[in-house]
Amino acid sequence: MSLHAAVRRQLGPLHLDVEFTVRPGELLALLGPNGAGKTTVLRALAGLEPLDQGRIEIDGVVVDEPAADVFVSPEQRGVGVVFQHYALFPNLTVLENVAFGLRARGIPAADARRRATAWIDRVGLGDHALHKPGALSGGQAQRTALARALATDPRLLLLDEPLAALDAGTRATVRRDLRHHLASFDGMRVMVTHDPVDAFALADHVAIIEAGRVVQTGTFAEITAHPRSRYVADLVGVNLVHGDVVGGVLTTATGALVVIADAADGPSFAVLRPHSLVLVRDRPLGTSARNTWTGTIADLDRIGDRVRVHIESELPLTAEITNEAFDALALRPGDTIHASAKATDIEVYPA
Amino acid sequence: MLAFAGVAVLFFALPLLGLLWRAPWSKAWTYLSDHDSLTALRLSLQTSLWATALSIVFGVPLAWMLARSTFPGRSALRALCTLSMVLPPVVGGVALLFALGRRGVVGQWLYRWFDYQLPYTTAAVVVAQTFVAMPFLVITVEAALRQLDRAPEDAARTLGASRWYTFRRVTLPAISPALAAGAVLSWARALGEFGATITFAGSYPGTTQTMPIAVYLARETNPEQSIILALLMIVISFAVLVSLRDRWFGAADRVGVSS
Amino acid sequence: MRRLHTPLVATLVLCSLFAAACSDDNGAPTTTAPGTTGDVVVLAASSLTEAFTEIGDAFTAANPEANVTFSFAGSSDLVTQISEGAPADVFVSADDATMAKITDAALNATDPVVMARNSFAIIVEQGNPKGIATVADLADPDLVVVLCAGSVPCGKGAVAILANAAVTVTPKSLEDKVKGVVTKVTAGEADAGIVFVTDVQAAGSAAEGVDIPADVNVISNYPIVVTKDAQHADAAQAFIDFVTSADGQAILATYGFLAP
Repeated sequence: MSLHAAVRRQLGPLHLDVEFTVRPGELLALLGPNGAGKTTVLRALAGLEPLDQGRIEIDGVVVDEPAADVFVSPEQRGVGVVFQHYALFPNLTVLENVAFGLRARGIPAADARRRATAWIDRVGLGDHALHKPGALSGGQAQRTALARALATDPRLLLLDEPLAALDAGTRATVRRDLRHHLASFDGMRVMVTHDPVDAFALADHVAIIEAGRVVQTGTFAEITAHPRSRYVADLVGVNLVHGDVVGGVLTTATGALVVIADAADGPSFAVLRPHSLVLVRDRPLGTSARNTWTGTIADLDRIGDRVRVHIESELPLTAEITNEAFDALALRPGDTIHASAKATDIEVYPA
Repeated sequence: MLAFAGVAVLFFALPLLGLLWRAPWSKAWTYLSDHDSLTALRLSLQTSLWATALSIVFGVPLAWMLARSTFPGRSALRALCTLSMVLPPVVGGVALLFALGRRGVVGQWLYRWFDYQLPYTTAAVVVAQTFVAMPFLVITVEAALRQLDRAPEDAARTLGASRWYTFRRVTLPAISPALAAGAVLSWARALGEFGATITFAGSYPGTTQTMPIAVYLARETNPEQSIILALLMIVISFAVLVSLRDRWFGAADRVGVSS
Repeated sequence: MRRLHTPLVATLVLCSLFAAACSDDNGAPTTTAPGTTGDVVVLAASSLTEAFTEIGDAFTAANPEANVTFSFAGSSDLVTQISEGAPADVFVSADDATMAKITDAALNATDPVVMARNSFAIIVEQGNPKGIATVADLADPDLVVVLCAGSVPCGKGAVAILANAAVTVTPKSLEDKVKGVVTKVTAGEADAGIVFVTDVQAAGSAAEGVDIPADVNVISNYPIVVTKDAQHADAAQAFIDFVTSADGQAILATYGFLAP
């Protein structure tokens, strides 16, 4: 009993090709930049957009498989969705919104009302049952949408950017509430987000989607420990280098060399942590560091008591130094700089 | 700007003032209680309401199809379905004769098989009025459907609602201000219909002679009566437009703010 | 010939609401030298449309300095227009009763002259599929008969003819103008109607006429006058003279009109 999805669909120039599995009780976050095709995956799971190719199987039932000419319409799928802007029915009260799915399934009004009221109480909106959505705060609207989706007892719950519509001030509180309410639902859940904080706080597993493909899956900790894409590397704030290792030296596609320690030959990723890079004005002559790259300073970011220095060279790098070091070196954009790293400070793992 | 707006207001108000000025008020009651006037008024109200109902029943699905489905020739279809707005009504009436008359493309079979001749019947008046009035509803509703946020409809589907249930409970309430506005526009157009009606349905008191035709014919025998009848039409339409449209258009302003 | 300049007129109407901004020197018809020169505005009954269009061409051919502008409509409409001050030099109605409204209101400059006459016929579809031969045949309840409304000349004529023949007809429709009756018959929507002989002729091959005997028929006069407010009274009189001349009468005859 689980969700197996292989979603293939052409979206203009973007070829979406995403496969993943969600086990019962698990919450998978599809994390990636805007325009990566995440929302389309969600809509395909809900039956709101058909697949071009591929297959979606929920609890052993195939709901979409173009090759076999199978397509189950959204109202038959038993999939609950919390939409990005919640998509509440503006003309109906909170109670009517939550009872909508039950009424649509032909459940008598009194029964539907009773069950909807229970859900509304459960998400703490008892005082707002007779309000229209226009009178709700963002967090209340989100809980209404969640109650509405869960009231129909779905096998699978989908959440599309559940926190994106909220302002920064309330997001943390609402995120905590959402985690609490999601924990009480033991079905399968898939959430789409572009915010790593959401994925970290809410998801059991994360699939990184970039340009229509899954580039990495695992727990949040696994993914951030070993980034396999520029997106995750930027997220974690490390320099990620991809290349081929031969005899302790990694060569990138552009020809830059990185000397490393203790690595097997073959295609690999190397992680250079910004704070482990050493910057010097003059090319160092005698040094234990095995790597030195020369470049110019492209940009400077001051973050608290640190400064991140973005360097343009054959190997684009970001280094992080203290304010004191920054003042001592008197760095300015355009200056020539040498960055060096010890081979033992570079983490390497197979690509 | 204000000067031009003022001219526009004058432009609409002056003809009305002209009618009021010329109206033979002392004889108004005699003309209004005249049997023929009442017959024409009743017929006009009946037929225009029927035409509005038909415009809603067939126009809303048409608007839905134009707004929601993509198929080759959709623009041409839309143009076809709104052509009667720009067609001179008399030409529209002739076209209806060629389609539904005794020798018409379809009408000839009605006549041959059922011995039924649509022209000269009250039904023909309703057909002619619907023909010219429905586009007003279709255009208004289509525009509303296009502007509508689709997410609530998607939500309804995922909650287990069929297409029809979704349309009834979600789409229809959301477009109701536009639907009401469109219905009022079509009703007003149907009520004032003259050319297509007299050409297609003819003009016979009690059956096909609607208020506008009665006003026009009275103008030649009894201009005073025609002014009173025209004013009566204006009063009725004005009352409906003022009492309903403002409220609905006001409601339309508020729609779409909630997000 | 010249058609009225519609956009100009519409603009003038809107501008006159401003009452100040626009000058009016480009609106009124320009006054020209006397004689058979200048613009003649002729308001004529719609049954004269074809005949007068040809007469207008012949008139301007004979008087190259002159121009004729026609406005064809129902006679009663034209009376309303004239009494509301519409520019007109010549007015022709399709019966004496309508002309009487003009003379009663003293809106004419010359006495009415009958320039042509018209009689009535039964219009039926080409080939006369229902075999209608007499006015009495119109009483058949299975026939679809369409007449003009009693308020227009062709309707008055029809009522008189049916009375003369002592026939009761239940029409399916009372049309606001004679062309409405013609259209219903040529479209196959009506089996028969009573219209002017000239209308049967104008309908061409789409319809044919059944003669109405002289003892029940009604002859309608077409009186013509120069209007009181004529801008070009001389040219207007020249036009009337042309219509009543042998040339004009010959043209009217080809369209089925009877000599006065």
